[in-house]
Amino acid sequence: MAHSVRRDAPELPDFSLLKRLARDQLIYLLEQLPGRKDLFIEADLMSPLDRIANVTTLKQHDVDKLYKVEHKPIVSTSDQLCFLIRPRIKTVKWICDVVNADKAFGRFRRYKIIFSPQKFYACENLLEEQGIFGDVTTDEWSFYLLPLDDDIISLELPEFFRDYFLEGDQRWVRTAGSALHLLHSVYGPFSKVYGIGRCSKMAYESWREQVEEGEQRARQAEIGNVFLIDRDVDLVTPLCSQVVYEGLVDDIFRIKCGCVEFCPDVTSSDKSIKVMLNSQDKVFNEIRNEHFSQVFGFLSQKARNLQTAYDKRSGMDIKQMKTFVSEELKGLKQEHRLLSLHIGASESMMKKKTKQDFQELLKTEHSLLEGFEIRECISYIEEHINRQVSMVESMRLLCLLSLTENGLLPKDYRSLKAQFLQSYGIEHLLTFSNLKQLGLLVEQQPGETLTVMESRVGKLVNDKTAGKLTDAFSSLAKKSNFRALGRRLNLVPKSDEEYDLRVPRDMAYIFSGAYIPLSCKLIEQVLERDGWTGLEEVTRMLNGHEFAVTAGSNGSDARVKTDSQRIILVMFLGGCTFSEISALRFLGREKGLKFIVVTTAITNSARLLESMLDNHA
Amino acid sequence: MAFITANWNPLGEAFYRKIELYEMGWSLRDGLKECLVAAAPYGGPIALLRQPQRPSSSARPQLEIYSSSGANMASFPWKSGPVRQLGWTVCDDLLCIQEDGTVLIYDLFGAFKRHFSMGNEVVQNQVLEAKVFHSPYGTGVAIVTGASRFTLATNIDDLKLRRLPEVPGLQGAPSCWAVLTQDRQTKVLLANGADLYILDNTSCTPVTPPGLSPQACSIVNMAVSFSYKYLALFTDSGHLWMGSANLKDKLSEVDTKVRTPPKQMVWCRRPKSQQPSVVIMWDRLLLVAGECTDTIQYTLDEESVCVAELDGVRIVGGSRHELLQEVPSACQDIFKIASMAPGALLLEAHKEYEKSSQKADEYLREIKEQSVLGEAVRQCVEAAGYEHEPETQKTLLRAASFGKCFLSNYPPEPFVSMCRDLKVLNSVREYTVGIPLTHTQYKQMTVQVLIDRLVYRKLYPLAIEICRYLKTPEYQGVSRVLKHWACCKVQQKEEPDESIAHAVSVKLGEAAGISYSEIAARAYECGRTELAIKLLEFEPRSGEQVPLLLKMKRSQLALSKAIESGDTDLVYTVVTYLKNEMNRGDFFMTLRNQPVALSLYRQFCKHQEQDTLKDLFNQDDDHQELGNFYVKASYKEKKLEARLSLLQSAVDEYNKAKNEFAAKATEEEMKLLRFQRRLDEKGEALLGLSLQETLHALLTSNFHKQAEQLYRDFRVPDKRYWWLKLTALAEKDDWEEMEKFAKSKKSPIGYLPFVEVCVKQHNKYEAKKYVSKVTPEQKVKAHLAIGDLEGAAEAAIERRSEGEISTVLSRCSPTTDRALLERLNRARSTAAKK
Repeated sequence: MAHSVRRDAPELPDFSLLKRLARDQLIYLLEQLPGRKDLFIEADLMSPLDRIANVTTLKQHDVDKLYKVEHKPIVSTSDQLCFLIRPRIKTVKWICDVVNADKAFGRFRRYKIIFSPQKFYACENLLEEQGIFGDVTTDEWSFYLLPLDDDIISLELPEFFRDYFLEGDQRWVRTAGSALHLLHSVYGPFSKVYGIGRCSKMAYESWREQVEEGEQRARQAEIGNVFLIDRDVDLVTPLCSQVVYEGLVDDIFRIKCGCVEFCPDVTSSDKSIKVMLNSQDKVFNEIRNEHFSQVFGFLSQKARNLQTAYDKRSGMDIKQMKTFVSEELKGLKQEHRLLSLHIGASESMMKKKTKQDFQELLKTEHSLLEGFEIRECISYIEEHINRQVSMVESMRLLCLLSLTENGLLPKDYRSLKAQFLQSYGIEHLLTFSNLKQLGLLVEQQPGETLTVMESRVGKLVNDKTAGKLTDAFSSLAKKSNFRALGRRLNLVPKSDEEYDLRVPRDMAYIFSGAYIPLSCKLIEQVLERDGWTGLEEVTRMLNGHEFAVTAGSNGSDARVKTDSQRIILVMFLGGCTFSEISALRFLGREKGLKFIVVTTAITNSARLLESMLDNHA
Repeated sequence: MAFITANWNPLGEAFYRKIELYEMGWSLRDGLKECLVAAAPYGGPIALLRQPQRPSSSARPQLEIYSSSGANMASFPWKSGPVRQLGWTVCDDLLCIQEDGTVLIYDLFGAFKRHFSMGNEVVQNQVLEAKVFHSPYGTGVAIVTGASRFTLATNIDDLKLRRLPEVPGLQGAPSCWAVLTQDRQTKVLLANGADLYILDNTSCTPVTPPGLSPQACSIVNMAVSFSYKYLALFTDSGHLWMGSANLKDKLSEVDTKVRTPPKQMVWCRRPKSQQPSVVIMWDRLLLVAGECTDTIQYTLDEESVCVAELDGVRIVGGSRHELLQEVPSACQDIFKIASMAPGALLLEAHKEYEKSSQKADEYLREIKEQSVLGEAVRQCVEAAGYEHEPETQKTLLRAASFGKCFLSNYPPEPFVSMCRDLKVLNSVREYTVGIPLTHTQYKQMTVQVLIDRLVYRKLYPLAIEICRYLKTPEYQGVSRVLKHWACCKVQQKEEPDESIAHAVSVKLGEAAGISYSEIAARAYECGRTELAIKLLEFEPRSGEQVPLLLKMKRSQLALSKAIESGDTDLVYTVVTYLKNEMNRGDFFMTLRNQPVALSLYRQFCKHQEQDTLKDLFNQDDDHQELGNFYVKASYKEKKLEARLSLLQSAVDEYNKAKNEFAAKATEEEMKLLRFQRRLDEKGEALLGLSLQETLHALLTSNFHKQAEQLYRDFRVPDKRYWWLKLTALAEKDDWEEMEKFAKSKKSPIGYLPFVEVCVKQHNKYEAKKYVSKVTPEQKVKAHLAIGDLEGAAEAAIERRSEGEISTVLSRCSPTTDRALLERLNRARSTAAKK
């Protein structure tokens, strides 16, 4: 069942080096505060930290107790406190409170704040304002990249999407540039860089700046080309329901930092189990990229194979049995355990997803993507809202509708919004305001033809160089142009043909053959054309900001297709989904390439939309 | 060549030589008479403070600064108070210590830099004597006041005055004193008559030098060596005592037979020298004393000053500038008459070779037989370094190169680097440059410092040449020099901004690592703001421009530059600065034009200053955001009244923003809240629920009338209401009410949901009631939902729909009635045919 791998596919670089670098630096930083100390860790840094240095390692370096940052008064008795945090105002504020409380209590301690991956002036400024700048020492742990798998590296910055695309806060751009710089200095030099989107461009420039400042070493490149893409270039793909196994697991159970917690009804025991999902898991590795409908068949086949392997025992003599036990049994048992877990997970998903509701949901989604029977879709969505099926799901459908239809008709916009507010509460007035700002859910401008709108966009884009344009305004003018893009890039295969999911013929298989993800299609096209020529129309519709630069100094031998030239690093600014990764893996197999996905965070529709909510609680 | 040993004088084992460095270029009428002189070590500049010719109250002394070759660098009348002492700092700045304890600092070209004071106490008591000294910490100043108290400043760049303890029995100035640096501590050694004291931070300790001749009843002069390791004392009996500076060992004692107190006494000792020696100067006599009882005596025909150097003594006179040093052993070996050292033989061999004489071979053979050719080459190379005359240097280097030819694996580096060093040294010894450095001094001070000194002297072209010649990395070399040049250039007040900016940009061009911001900073310091801005334009890293722009109060420009740099930290720095600097209105206006900064500031306000955020929106007339702001605030508010008033504000803002939808929605929320409050009084906790939840809650707790009212008031769509009521009724198993409800009027959502809801609550009985009401299209589904296969089959067959028949079939199991199956199959085939 596993796809035949092209024999000439190049080897992936070894990314465990990144982990080693991060660990060494962390240990060095911890030793900067000699003696026993308590370590407070920001909640969302805990899982990444666990991948880098486990508790034993930390204890070896004089960490006494570990606490999660909970924004509450602390109970530590240690004389030295070390805080490992993201550079967030809220957390720094909390630390200030802790220190000031100690001061008021007349208690003397030593404090050290380690910002990961970098510190911001705003944080230091706050320390100064709160009058504790002299009491704490600060450091940076340049832990930019966490390798989640052989081909996935994450910056673990889920807030990137909201901060940059919604709030217009560019502070993480430099972080992205630094991450790229780190990859470049370890696995580069890159020979060619392509990209699309404003953020990509800025990240690229930030990286170039850092390259110029630092010294250059000539080395054997392990990564050839780089593709940078903004999440808002393609917002449709992450909003679609995922039906590839790994994506589905993420949608239902939420994979956190490459690890998933299967609830008791999956494990068919009384406790939930945490499972690492990566290529080390042989069963998972074979099904992760498969369409869900194929997974069950595969798993049962696997179970049969396993049984046969076990059955071999019956005809064995003592010696054979001995080798069997010492060599195979352990592997088989391991496989057995994993298999039963995945079967449990599949069953649980099956229960949820094969129900009538899910089928209808998918049907609606596909109609939206194809642009058929929009009226029916709208009434489906309406019913969905009225029945309060799920707030995020309702919102997802609304956004998909708006994105594919270039905005909602004013009448629909009002009525759907009103219904939504009645169903899920008035506070979503703010959410809608956010969605509008981002261009996820907008109203069609009455009486305005596409051309007028576009010429305005063009003008705005020109003004942007003068720095006159507000970000909010630019997203107001943002149009998704999904239909036109779909036609031009052939994103939606003709629906009358039967699509055999067992033998996928293109990347559309990740959405049951209904839609080829725009992001991946762009990557394919640009790599094929070695640039953006011929895609002018497309980039115009995507609001421009595309670039293709030959970065390497060795322009002459770039022609030579060395192994590294076939390793392509794709960086998603604002997150990417497992479906997209699966699509890229498929593309890689087809073209004899290897893709490495670097993303600010792994996302999916729920995470993306949840980041749009204004948590007033 | 033949006379190379002509100026050598033997003293004990060693030889001393006096070389003329320069014929002084200055024209001083009275030589150095009536002058306060200070000459900096390492071939540094010479400062003179000349007393007026005819002492009168109006006449002012003249301060003059010369290079070591006597070229004038600055000259101006002294207008401040009386000066006690002149001295040079390690970075070639002139210190003028006045009687009142004020120390004025001038640069090499006589430009005033700054001043500091040696303490208030001095103002009254006056400075009697002062000394400038150098230590690893920098340049220090020591004074003794009229009250016989010493004050020290170890480093004038980081001024910390230390008043030393009192010396018992000292009246006025001590007979002589010196500053010592030992064990990382600076101390004063002083002599009061025959008593010697060491004065440190806390105490005054009497000491006695071991073996000091008993005839002496007073120590009249003392000298500390360049390295602070050795001490020399001169007594009134004419004895010179030499020993270690810690006063533990005695090296030698020489009777000079001169009883007059010397004018100056300095150590003349090179590193690795054969013997300690001291140069003592009287009015007409210069005397070198070493370990043996003999001395070398030179007559002085003019007023002179001795300058201690690392490897000798320079003697500056009115017309000549000379260097007195011990002849280095390499030179001795080679040039000593009848020397048979390998180097000497090699030199001889080369001489013969030049004459094309076969004797060359003989000499060479002799060296080779002893297999000391390597040593010979090394000696020649080393000696070349010690020689001052380029001709001698060349001869020695040629000999070395000649010898090298006969060696197979002699490393080339010493030879090459010596050639380079000498080229650099000869160029700075040049009369016009006037830095008479020896090779030893040059190695000690390093190229970097030499370049710095050239830069201070504004000898930019030479500095650049040297950098290029030595292939110093651009960043440390050429670029640095160019930066200094540019910093100097911007101070030329007479030139217009335009031309300076142009000149700078042309010259600096693409030089690596140039920081235009530093140059601009200098321009700004000189009060040329416009020029600074022009220069900043050349700075490629916009981040570098920002701090200076802020300093120049060009905050707007700073902000846009910060944004250009893409570094949000920088943007934030500027924003914080602006916030404190501007009034609120202007600040907001500024932000308004800079969306990046605005969004950053908003982020900050969201966490820190909610009210500012509101003001910010107010200023922008951003009613939409204001509305959102109030809505958000309302959720934080616990009290209902306050909450309602916030929401009212939100409504007003939304109205202003022409966002009718949001205004209406908010109004409805208020209406809902009021409604909920009324019910609250009846004991239903509904506050804060959404409309849907409220309705649901009402329906499940039998407030049907109120629910109806809400439904009408809020114009809830029928479909929604039906769904809601349906599920609510089902949840509390109120089947009776449900039936009533179903019959109340025609269901807008059809009756399938009724069936489904009942089934969901596991009540098939009730579900069946509604099956009949379901529209024909949904009949099959309805039947299937209650598990009535037959009914479903009937309906499907009736509708002759292939798809539906298949659905039914797919639900059939092996236990299903055969007949039914057959009927279905038949119906399917007929339907398919059609």
